[in-house]
Amino acid sequence: MNRPAKLMIGLLLCLFALVLLWVFHAALMQSPGARLADLAMDSLPLSGVKNPVTAVLLSYRAYDTLLELAVLLAALLGIWSLGAATPGFQPAGAALAAMVSWVVPLLILTGGYLLWVGGYAPGGAFQAGALLGSAGVLLRLAGDERAGLPSERAQRRLVVAGIAVFALVGLGTMVAGIGFLTYPPGWSKWLILLIETAATVSIGVTLAAAYAGGKPRSRASDGATP
Amino acid sequence: MTAHLLYGGAGILLFVLGVWSFLVHEALLRKVIALNVMGSGVFHLLIAIAERGSLPPDPVPHALVLTGIVVAVSATALALAMGRRLEDEDDAR
Repeated sequence: MNRPAKLMIGLLLCLFALVLLWVFHAALMQSPGARLADLAMDSLPLSGVKNPVTAVLLSYRAYDTLLELAVLLAALLGIWSLGAATPGFQPAGAALAAMVSWVVPLLILTGGYLLWVGGYAPGGAFQAGALLGSAGVLLRLAGDERAGLPSERAQRRLVVAGIAVFALVGLGTMVAGIGFLTYPPGWSKWLILLIETAATVSIGVTLAAAYAGGKPRSRASDGATP
Repeated sequence: MTAHLLYGGAGILLFVLGVWSFLVHEALLRKVIALNVMGSGVFHLLIAIAERGSLPPDPVPHALVLTGIVVAVSATALALAMGRRLEDEDDAR
């Protein structure tokens, strides 16, 4: 692209930014008006969790989260369909290996804590899953070709687990006659915890597998042919 | 109020910078990074408008941002994998 065109785009975008800032300022000046927050806070005791963000994600807008897990799965299927992963990096030096052997268990532990704490404070499946995924990234950077993940067959099951548990819970509540993903009172906390646990594992495995960037290579030690 | 304006304004600036980079640069990798910068700007803005005055923050935009981050990461991973595959094809030719 030539220089005048770049300048022209820059100028137009500056104007665009000014308009956006003006609109944002005008919106801030007005009174808040009706917010969804009041509705979310009022129904919080019914949702079974004490953290409003978790309630929004897993109870009020559970469809959204279900479909988001589907998006993650679709992205990983796309990555796997593009060919095999590149081989990992060379094995880590002593310092990196020692650090990884300390940090990865801590990441898994913190992930479990975040998953549990999501019921009443900031935390939940996505944060925990992101930590698990970053543990996988660290392992791969330290030279593990498969980012610490099990065989391909097990990976497939783990990746589908989140959306499968979510959909099964939804179908179960549907069969019970109270509608798709409408949790019965009293059960909701445990159903949400069950879904979140499966979602955490799925998100972690998906992110680590996506970082490997392709279909996992079969190891000689796996025995099974691909 | 000023804090809201600063935080949200930074989000708007990030978004516009991302649009500029997306339009001007030709390399696929830079476009993917630009898209991510645009997304970060939108997340900034959503978080900034979640808290208004002395009321407790609105959980709905927070949940939207949480969802958005994960979707953005997975879309980026897919885009990077596709980009690398395209480069491999070019090298083979």
